[in-house]
Amino acid sequence: MNKTVNQKAWFLVLPVLLLVAFNALIPLMTVVNYSVQETFGDNNFFWAGVLWFEEVLRSERFHSSLGRQLFFTFSILLIEIPLGVAIALAMPRKGVWVSVCLVLMAMPLLIPWNVVGAMWNIFALPEIGLLGNTLNALGIDYNFTRQPVAAWVTLIAMDVWHWTSLVVLLAYAGLVSIPDAYYQAAKIDGASSWAIFRFIQLPKMKRVLTIAILLRFMDSFNIYTEPFVLTGGGPGNSTTLLSIDLVKIALGQFDLGPAAAMSLIYFLIILLLSWIFYTLMMRNEDQ
Amino acid sequence: MAKITLSNMRHSYLAQPSSDDDWALKQLDLEWEDGGAYALLGPSGCGKTTLLNIISGLLVPSHGKILFDETDVSHLPPNKRHIAQVFQFPVIYDTMTVYDNLAFPLRNRGVDEKTVDARVREVAEMTDLTQMLKRRASKLTADGKQKISLGRGMVRTDVNAILFDEPLTVIDPHLKFQLRSKLKELHHRVKRTMIYVTHDQTEALTFADKVVVMNMGKVVQTGTPVDLFEKPQHTFVGHFIGSPGMNIFPCDVHSGQAYVGGEKIATANIAGENVSRAEIGIRPEFISFSDDGLPARIMRVSDTGRFNIVEAECMGQSLKLLIDEGAEIPADNVKLNFDPANTRIYVDGWLSGSEGAQ
Amino acid sequence: MALELKQVSKSVAGETHIFPTDMVLEAGEFNILLGTTLSGKTSLMQLMAGLDRPTSGQVWFNGQDVTEMPVQKRNVSMVYQQFINYPNMTVFENIASPLRVAKLPDKETRSRVGEIAEILRISSMLERRPSELSGGQQQRVAMARALVKDSSLILFDEPLANLDFKLREELRDELPRLFAERDCVVVYATTEPSEALLFGGKCAAMFEGAVAQFGPTAELYRKPLNLTSAQVFSEPPLNVAKVVKSGDIFRLSDTASWPVDASYQTMADGEYTIGVRPHHVYPMQKEKQLVPIDGKVQVAELSGSESMIHFTAFEDDSWVSLSHGVHAFDGGEVTTFYVDVANCFYFGADGRLISAGM
Repeated sequence: MNKTVNQKAWFLVLPVLLLVAFNALIPLMTVVNYSVQETFGDNNFFWAGVLWFEEVLRSERFHSSLGRQLFFTFSILLIEIPLGVAIALAMPRKGVWVSVCLVLMAMPLLIPWNVVGAMWNIFALPEIGLLGNTLNALGIDYNFTRQPVAAWVTLIAMDVWHWTSLVVLLAYAGLVSIPDAYYQAAKIDGASSWAIFRFIQLPKMKRVLTIAILLRFMDSFNIYTEPFVLTGGGPGNSTTLLSIDLVKIALGQFDLGPAAAMSLIYFLIILLLSWIFYTLMMRNEDQ
Repeated sequence: MAKITLSNMRHSYLAQPSSDDDWALKQLDLEWEDGGAYALLGPSGCGKTTLLNIISGLLVPSHGKILFDETDVSHLPPNKRHIAQVFQFPVIYDTMTVYDNLAFPLRNRGVDEKTVDARVREVAEMTDLTQMLKRRASKLTADGKQKISLGRGMVRTDVNAILFDEPLTVIDPHLKFQLRSKLKELHHRVKRTMIYVTHDQTEALTFADKVVVMNMGKVVQTGTPVDLFEKPQHTFVGHFIGSPGMNIFPCDVHSGQAYVGGEKIATANIAGENVSRAEIGIRPEFISFSDDGLPARIMRVSDTGRFNIVEAECMGQSLKLLIDEGAEIPADNVKLNFDPANTRIYVDGWLSGSEGAQ
Repeated sequence: MALELKQVSKSVAGETHIFPTDMVLEAGEFNILLGTTLSGKTSLMQLMAGLDRPTSGQVWFNGQDVTEMPVQKRNVSMVYQQFINYPNMTVFENIASPLRVAKLPDKETRSRVGEIAEILRISSMLERRPSELSGGQQQRVAMARALVKDSSLILFDEPLANLDFKLREELRDELPRLFAERDCVVVYATTEPSEALLFGGKCAAMFEGAVAQFGPTAELYRKPLNLTSAQVFSEPPLNVAKVVKSGDIFRLSDTASWPVDASYQTMADGEYTIGVRPHHVYPMQKEKQLVPIDGKVQVAELSGSESMIHFTAFEDDSWVSLSHGVHAFDGGEVTTFYVDVANCFYFGADGRLISAGM
């Protein structure tokens, strides 16, 4: 199908452009503005150049929260993507159970983020929570408010519980679009289940999985509400992810300059990693 | 390599079929010789794809048996039956090269790489894919992909039969013609049993040595293309095969002879006594203009290049004639001659009585 | 009513999809666009409909320049290869939808839908949904929707391609009748020469984005202006070979030659291309004056009433013979074919027709 070239079309896009400008560009510019200045309140600003950027990039604190952030993101990706694909493969393709499964899967996605955090907080409390209580009753010493390892396990478990569904739904959409003839041909060719997965299902799911990985990557890198409600970044600083740290600096300590510089660095990291992911996954498409 | 026998076969997609309509296949007994070229021909929903899936093992029939030689394979899964299938839409493994696609069925069965290489090259040569072996299969055109599917079937030496499910549907008309003759040529070369399912009479008749015509879950006639053309056993076959199909119109029967509007029509067969619904069937090819015969009026002439299709009104019936390009079509005072050897009486749709009597 | 293209062309990103085209399409007969996939039929139709703007040139309708007029204002209908219907509406609502948009009173809507459903024989299924219908019925609904509003331009883009063979035959028969009394310009795209001939009217042979010839359909078939047009309009493909004229003799090969007819005497000596339609190449001697040639049979496709024999002649030209009756040959067999040279086309070095036989 040919595309119609029409200059007037730009006018139709204009409102959206304005909205995006208002929503994203102006706040971003404000942040850029803050990041190169020093302020002591009273609306007095002094030029600071790249001072804040240097400070942030050299700071031990930033390094460790970035490290925690990367650890968190890659852990959940490593769990959620294979797990999501596995669940999608196990789901029925036909019959009444399809809609039941889909509704069950969609459930966690419908819950507001802060509620998820609160739910898991209560659920995991060692004294009264179902999970915490049970674990302790089984003789496992578990207290996520005191033990960093327990806090991490709980944090990752919560994210997996909340977001694996998204991967499942996307992977499932990819799977159901495969015509029956492919499975029939594979049976006839004597392909093993692994070969079917490797040469039919995975290639056909590739596009949706790329989207799933990108979405999960960006979302988990930005995650704030749930860990904030669950652990508040603790115990100590053990689960202080980038976003939590950023809020602490910006609103807790009111260091606007460093916080702005940090947000920009944060933003650039996400942009860079997303781009790398995308090009890596799409590279094979046009060979 | 094996003879394929379907005996007492019936199939329904419902767990508890009650009425006749619930059966996708109603009572089938067929025998297919090893190495033959067969076609299953019929309109959409006639049960031909169901039958194909039963042979390949993708479906287990609700009744009856399917034998490869003398072995009952009714409950064997597809990969144990040594069957290959080419589907309507080309099925290829996108991420693999053409070579790997062709090698796939062999590698899955643990064949050593040296044999695989030899077989793949041989099949690639037969299917004109040699130049493309190193390319990604997803980059080929539809006919190239269909050749890959075919090649994957031919690459195995243990294949009992290769099944085709309307394999030319997505192929461009001018390539259809080439691929169709390629299939026929390959059949002559490899002498495997091939079963070709289609709704297109030209494909079926040109490909197969023997054609099974199906309608509403039943086999209506099995025969060579010549049989089906010259002696249709049922008006459905007469109508479905041939373009345009057979002229079929009601007649009266008195002592075995056919009469239309009081006029006696000479036929190749006779009808029995007390027939309920009698019809005459004659192909457009067998009606000609003549000096004496039944008077008719020409309604429409369509030029199809090689032929003219003439629509004429005769004895209150609308009939079609096929007249060769260049042959003269009289303007008025038309008289039609029915070739008696190719005019037949059908009773309740089925060819009646014995041949020879006039 | 007439649609006129004046030097209309289309290129996208430097690539020419449609070369400058002049055409006058009139109401009262079919205007057929014949060509293979990607020959530019669909692109040209979109320019006609106003779904796409030409890069250069103008589109006129009824003496008015409509080049810049958007499709919504043009009163155009289109029927596609895919059966496009609204899945959640009944057949009635599907057909009525263009009238609802035009805000026709309910009573008139009802009568018009009823009328068109009657003609297309879908009256009994007005309350059903498209998914409950067969492919042929679904396409009838799509056609009904295109016909119900009095469009002044109706475009068919291979509407029968996805239908069963027999259904196609049926609708081919009905379509011309539907338009016999309508005052609208009908454009019909197809890949099949036989379909084009059956509809008659005017035909444009399209090849690689250009119209090779535009004129009465039968004339295109019998007097193609150039080799391209003859090849587009031939199914099976046109047989082509080089022929040398020297003095009074046309020489095809060392053994095949024939005297130059009086009407060709003016042709200069030299090399020409001849085009012979497959049904003018016989596998046996006929009463006419025929020129024998040797051919090595690739494959013989026998359809019961006809034989299509693929063979190689003159080194490695692929030729096809199409004849009545059953003529069996084995692959690899060398045999004599007979060419009816009185019915062949002679093309010059530039591909233009010098003279046609007959």
